[in-house]
Amino acid sequence: MKVITRKDEKTREAGEWKILTGNHAVSYAAKLARVQVVPAYPITPQTTIVELISELIASGEMNARMIRVESEHSAMAAAIGASAVGARVFTATASQGLLLMHEMLHWAAGSRTPVGMAVVNRAVGPPWNIHADHQDAISQRDTGWIISFVSSNQEALDTVITLYKVAEHPEVLLPFMVCLDGFVLSHTYMPVYLPPQDKIDEFLPPYDPPHWKLDPSNPISFGALVLPNQPYQEMRWSIHRSMEKALELFEKYSKEYGELFDLKHGGAIEEYGAEDAEYLIITAGTIASEAEVAVDEMRKNGKKVGLLKIRLYRPFPSNTIIRELKGRKGAIVLDRSISFGLSGPISEDVRAVLHSFNIDTPVVAYVTGLGGRDITYADIENMVSRGISLIEEGKTPLILWYKMRRFEKW
Amino acid sequence: MVVKITDLRKAGKYLLPGSAACPGCGLAIAFRIVSKVLGKNTIYFIPACCTSVIQAPYPKSAFNVPVYNVAFMAAAAAASGAVEGLKALGREDIQVVVWAGDGGTVDIGIQALSGAFERNHNLIYICYDNEAYMNTGIQKSGSTPFGAWTTTTPKGKIGIKKNMPFIVASHGAPYVATASIGYPLDLANKVKKAKRIEGPKYIHILTPCPPGWRFPMEKTVKIGKLAVDSYVWPLYEIEKGKLRLTLKPRRIPVEEYLKLQGRFRNLTPEDIEKIRGMVDEQWEILQKLEAIGKIFF
Amino acid sequence: MFTLADVTQEKVPVIVPISHPSEGSAGRTGLWRVFKPIINTNKCKKCFICWLVCPEESIEEGKDGYPEIDYTYCKGCGVCSDNCPTGAISLVKEEG
Repeated sequence: MKVITRKDEKTREAGEWKILTGNHAVSYAAKLARVQVVPAYPITPQTTIVELISELIASGEMNARMIRVESEHSAMAAAIGASAVGARVFTATASQGLLLMHEMLHWAAGSRTPVGMAVVNRAVGPPWNIHADHQDAISQRDTGWIISFVSSNQEALDTVITLYKVAEHPEVLLPFMVCLDGFVLSHTYMPVYLPPQDKIDEFLPPYDPPHWKLDPSNPISFGALVLPNQPYQEMRWSIHRSMEKALELFEKYSKEYGELFDLKHGGAIEEYGAEDAEYLIITAGTIASEAEVAVDEMRKNGKKVGLLKIRLYRPFPSNTIIRELKGRKGAIVLDRSISFGLSGPISEDVRAVLHSFNIDTPVVAYVTGLGGRDITYADIENMVSRGISLIEEGKTPLILWYKMRRFEKW
Repeated sequence: MVVKITDLRKAGKYLLPGSAACPGCGLAIAFRIVSKVLGKNTIYFIPACCTSVIQAPYPKSAFNVPVYNVAFMAAAAAASGAVEGLKALGREDIQVVVWAGDGGTVDIGIQALSGAFERNHNLIYICYDNEAYMNTGIQKSGSTPFGAWTTTTPKGKIGIKKNMPFIVASHGAPYVATASIGYPLDLANKVKKAKRIEGPKYIHILTPCPPGWRFPMEKTVKIGKLAVDSYVWPLYEIEKGKLRLTLKPRRIPVEEYLKLQGRFRNLTPEDIEKIRGMVDEQWEILQKLEAIGKIFF
Repeated sequence: MFTLADVTQEKVPVIVPISHPSEGSAGRTGLWRVFKPIINTNKCKKCFICWLVCPEESIEEGKDGYPEIDYTYCKGCGVCSDNCPTGAISLVKEEG
């Protein structure tokens, strides 16, 4: 795991180091982003994000209004309402809460309200399971939300702030979610650098809705009937175009933020040992940080393996995937979720993109780590070794399950 | 100061002529009156309901006030967000209103409504009650009265109408009122009163629906008046927990109200007796509650 | 409003479902009318109850302070006539 430890005296002098859990890093990100309204509903393992925000508001350190809503559906509805009058809004959820929000996620994107949200990835029931799993976020793939995954607490803080700037850009105006793995990040302490507020304010100016807002001086009706021969399809097209723009801007602003504070996590994809690699691991979240260790270990044994961390899942960084995979011997994709009846969702995207550009780099797809099953670097080495032999044999099945166990009694 | 016709005539036009409302639409009458009392500095949150449609298709709207159309169960929650957002931005001069049908209030929207009232946001929630899902073609709602025909209760509804004003009053709301378009000035005065009170206010307006209730379109207001006069829909307000009947009209038989509506055509004499009994009981209880004084805390 | 030109331009057009207030949003709704309400100024006492209950906002103050109906949008529902305390509004079948 890469932990930021370097201190550049010049850029860091005004900031502050804290030892924080991933969730608390997110709370501080909301504070630094000067969010104005926070509607939220409790759910494990998200709760400590809004608990800290409540404390920061109560102590006067943070100037925002908290709405303790009665459900996640209402949390998102309230977030949209507050954003629609021009406030910067933040919320956080996980698992079932995110699934309950689904209707309103579409509503937020269609409203072009740039709501920010942390999703603390947790398995979906039944049965009850509160541990890391990406099924919750992946199930929101087609809602028009910018979806990002992070693999360290510092990255969680930095990505929230960076994505507000992307989301509020006049050509984007889309909501975003920053996904961090439940417990593995959310409840694990790491050193986190908090950039100085004035520098963040320069990077992220106050939100001012550029296209529309609810204001009695301009009595518009938002979201009334649009018929088939009216620009409904064009509105969807416009969201898609904004998504493409968001990809471009995420690359740009990640770089800008990284240079300002000496905090670099890459753009939509972060590479690790990829340059001369013959085989690339592609994955997201904390499996990606574990995969860095696997890459180091395999390199010691002379295997030319590298890593692509998916930081942005939607919009999908297709161009980088094409550029990186062209001419490689193969890719091993590790998904912490499943599209039942087909394969791992990220592997499907990688295969679709490669096929569209007639690139024949073989792809091995693993589904693993569901419901918080621990995936160590040794597991990743196993998957990669097995993947390489399959590719050498010319066998790339649609889906492989890893770390399945035998249970004597069902 | 009591609102009179002359006062309302000075107000602006917020529902513009040539909307997509059916001729004789009850909710259109209610919205005209409510919006005139509330004025320009108001934002409306409207869930799926007839009002989503009568605004007319893109890019024109019959509504001359800011409207946010929102998912069916989410109006009170979205409005809560707007109230707090406006506070954060220092725009507390703007009045946030939920304008919802009975389905969006007593059925699918009841949870969001309950949450918003418990949190004590400064908003006005207006339920216009046409006693069924009219927009989708007259299906039964939790607000459909006993015995009424709808497309999903072809033999008449078996259960009774939810007592939504009392459900809301149980949240400790500072102001809850019933109203009817049969008594438009009573409605106007209740809206005016609600506007002056801090916290979550609830007004439940009976808005008869010619196609849904099966009566001639010119009778909308008349039916709204008969509902009150027959004591089927008593007019009262609950201010700081204290109930007051705002109108005690000379009582007419329930048949006078029922017989004009095709939706009650299949009622048996026993059904009518049952309705009469319920209406008697309701009125008696309301009078007793009025006499007690404070009944909600 | 969104136009085709937006599709071809470089800058991403954010197309938002916003409708603007206009009279006749559902067209010239006066064409829906079957019966036409006609105000008899001899009987009218200028109480403006007709104006109060009109679902269409299509009654205004006209000549000599009498209410006047805007037939462009009046749907002919007859609510005004049904509620007129002096019976000053009659409903007449539209020709053709």
